[in-house]
Amino acid sequence: MSGGPPVVIVGAGPAGMAAAATLAEAGLRPMVLDKFPGPGGQGWRAPAVGGSGPLASLDGEDARRARERFLELARSGRIDWYPETTVIDLTRERLWAVGPSGEVDSTAWSRLVLCPGAIERIVPLPGWTLPGVYTLGGAQTALKGQACALGRRIAFLGTGPLLWLAAAQHVIGGVEVAVVADTARLQGLLVSFPALLANRHRLGLGLRCVRVLRRARVPVLRGVRALAILGQGHVEGVRVTTRRREWSFACDAVATSFGLVRQLQLPDLLDVPIRFDRESESWLAEVDDAHRTAVPGVYLAGDAAGIRGATAAALTGERAALSLLEDLGRPVDAARCVRLRKQLQRHARCARALGRAFPLPSALEAEIADDTIVCRCEAVTAGALREAARAFEVDEINRAKALTRCGMGRCQGRFCGPTAARVLARARGIDLEAAGRLRTQPPIEPLPAHVRPVEGGSMA
Amino acid sequence: MSERLETEVLIVGGGLVGCATALALARRRTPCLLVERDRCGAQASGVNYGGVRRQGRALAELPLANRARRMWGRLARLVGHDSEFRATGHLRLARDAAELARLERWAEEARRFDVRCELLSPAELTARWPWLAPGLAGGSFCADDGQANPRLTTPLFARAAREQGGRILEGRAVTALERSTKGFRAAIENGPEIEARVLVNAAGAWGPAVAALAGEEFPGEVIAPNMLVSEPLPYRIIPNLGTAGPGVYVRQVPSGSVLFGGGRGVADPVTRRCRPLTSTSLATLAEARRIVPDLARATIIRSWAGIEGRMPDDLPVIGPSPRVPGLFHAFGFSGHGFMLAPAVGAVLAELILDGHSATSLAGLEPTRFEPASRVAVAT
Repeated sequence: MSGGPPVVIVGAGPAGMAAAATLAEAGLRPMVLDKFPGPGGQGWRAPAVGGSGPLASLDGEDARRARERFLELARSGRIDWYPETTVIDLTRERLWAVGPSGEVDSTAWSRLVLCPGAIERIVPLPGWTLPGVYTLGGAQTALKGQACALGRRIAFLGTGPLLWLAAAQHVIGGVEVAVVADTARLQGLLVSFPALLANRHRLGLGLRCVRVLRRARVPVLRGVRALAILGQGHVEGVRVTTRRREWSFACDAVATSFGLVRQLQLPDLLDVPIRFDRESESWLAEVDDAHRTAVPGVYLAGDAAGIRGATAAALTGERAALSLLEDLGRPVDAARCVRLRKQLQRHARCARALGRAFPLPSALEAEIADDTIVCRCEAVTAGALREAARAFEVDEINRAKALTRCGMGRCQGRFCGPTAARVLARARGIDLEAAGRLRTQPPIEPLPAHVRPVEGGSMA
Repeated sequence: MSERLETEVLIVGGGLVGCATALALARRRTPCLLVERDRCGAQASGVNYGGVRRQGRALAELPLANRARRMWGRLARLVGHDSEFRATGHLRLARDAAELARLERWAEEARRFDVRCELLSPAELTARWPWLAPGLAGGSFCADDGQANPRLTTPLFARAAREQGGRILEGRAVTALERSTKGFRAAIENGPEIEARVLVNAAGAWGPAVAALAGEEFPGEVIAPNMLVSEPLPYRIIPNLGTAGPGVYVRQVPSGSVLFGGGRGVADPVTRRCRPLTSTSLATLAEARRIVPDLARATIIRSWAGIEGRMPDDLPVIGPSPRVPGLFHAFGFSGHGFMLAPAVGAVLAELILDGHSATSLAGLEPTRFEPASRVAVAT
């Protein structure tokens, strides 16, 4: 490749793989940095050897095809792939990453396609810090990626499509599912049903999950009002409260989360405008229809640009790559762009409907008991947050962090940030938007202090 | 018609210096109003390294530092809450003979100011702190120095000032200043017009800009010291550590986190945004490993920077304006104001209310920049 800094793609999930393939096909040789050893990200992770059979059938063929195409392009040198490479800091000129042997390397970049994905939305339930409690994605990763179950009898708590998918995958994988308890009401799902018809594939997948669970006679509770995880030193059971009664289920593991949160650290480091979205009650980085950000040469794709599922994520990666090619003055097939736009609009409608069907239980979150830990890295309880908010008249989440240490630990507030803001907003009677969001500070992933910088950056 | 508010002293800037001044005035029942355009402690005051040391300071700062050290010892009573000040001692390390000579010279000179340092040989260093790197040239230990938590300190001063009757307006910028018959008239963003007899410029990095509003010129540079913190490690590093020359500061808090300071991030005084630099952080870590090799096992989880003003001689500007009656400056602390700030507030209150202070400010006065400043008092 001719001189000058490379085009860099961060993330090799569905969006990053699609962006890489699109750019490689146009003759660019993008550099792809990804924290995992293999391509696929969270959504399209490669199954463990021998563990693929029945589980893969719920994922479809798209994931496998995308991974194989990516690996083929990397093998033939048309993509410059850096696996196990975690980006820790980013400026408008350079980026820094920790590589597989723990060295810190850096490179200048000419254009960036950011595909950092999403993480699961945690709502701290009583008992959620007990050993044996995992996220839905964590349970799914163990099952798919390593062909192992996190317990003999697992309770699935939370809301969202992943709740049902992960539970069904465990049934198929031969694991006993104690209960599926969803805070969303059936009514919401029924109201959203017509809009979900816009995406037959996702709807079909959802219905298959329900069927798998019914056939296995798994207890299913919807419209759940309270959830608690019980046990002494380890998970022993869960208590689920519905409108009518309280239920108890014995189990030795819990998988729980409440949807996904866009990862905005990378765009935030570049000062890409980030705004509060009232409908999803969360923060989003602004991108245009063609996935350009307000920062020239920087594109955002995948879940970080909007939670629409893995298939849509791949389409946004392709769209972002086409925008990049357009901006380089390369010819781009207009019909392809139109087709992409239409497909993405359909996915967006479906995603909005899913958002309404599986809303975050905001009241449950705002009213977390005082003794429940919100920030587990620093062991900060909801009560401590409320107390600091009152004593210092705190009306902003970064100030609450300074006073309580909430969000100062290893995860840097990725998990507790949204909950802490909600608790603070409720305690002070202010808007969730006014409570703000935690500032992004590098390194955005932990940096081993033994690292030795590669002089001048060896990547490019 | 906009609202009008009268007060005795208007303080511009809600860093630790401004908040400490508000508290000192409020304790003496003097009506005061502090205006901060962000939140109190938003910049370097709230996010600095947290060193509370006299060792290594310019001698001109020592009278103030001695007074401040006495105040740190009873700070919890003064502000009504623990600021996590601990007199852990401050150990300064020499990496070569030149640095050792520097430590020895300072220890000798500081005796005049009653600051006692214990000079230590390489063997004594490793006997006392076995985790120190072998091969250091020597060290100097000041047992009375220590460290505190800056995240808590400024909000605590602000809260105490309010409780004593001081007024604090956050989220408002001063947009214009002029002389009035009473003293000063200030316009603030979305707020009342303010009349005050006395004006305190505690605007940190923006000190020269506020001075300019009052018609005075000062030099000054905007800096953003670079800091980082690790995940908890077993609590071993009790003293606050520093290198004698440019290099690194390291301290550990009892919960286990290790804090590192050294070098600079980047700052933009216009947008008031700053950020740490990974290149600086990596250099800081390399330097820290040279003095404590075990730190190679730490995991860094966050870095940050805060905007701070620096004067050409690395000393703060403290005292009455040479030209504008009723105007007092306290800015440009050049990266080491956290420790001094409680005393700066106390001294300013004395200068304002009594016309003099027993604490010497020799060498720190605004007059030292006089030849460079062309004064044109706005009327």
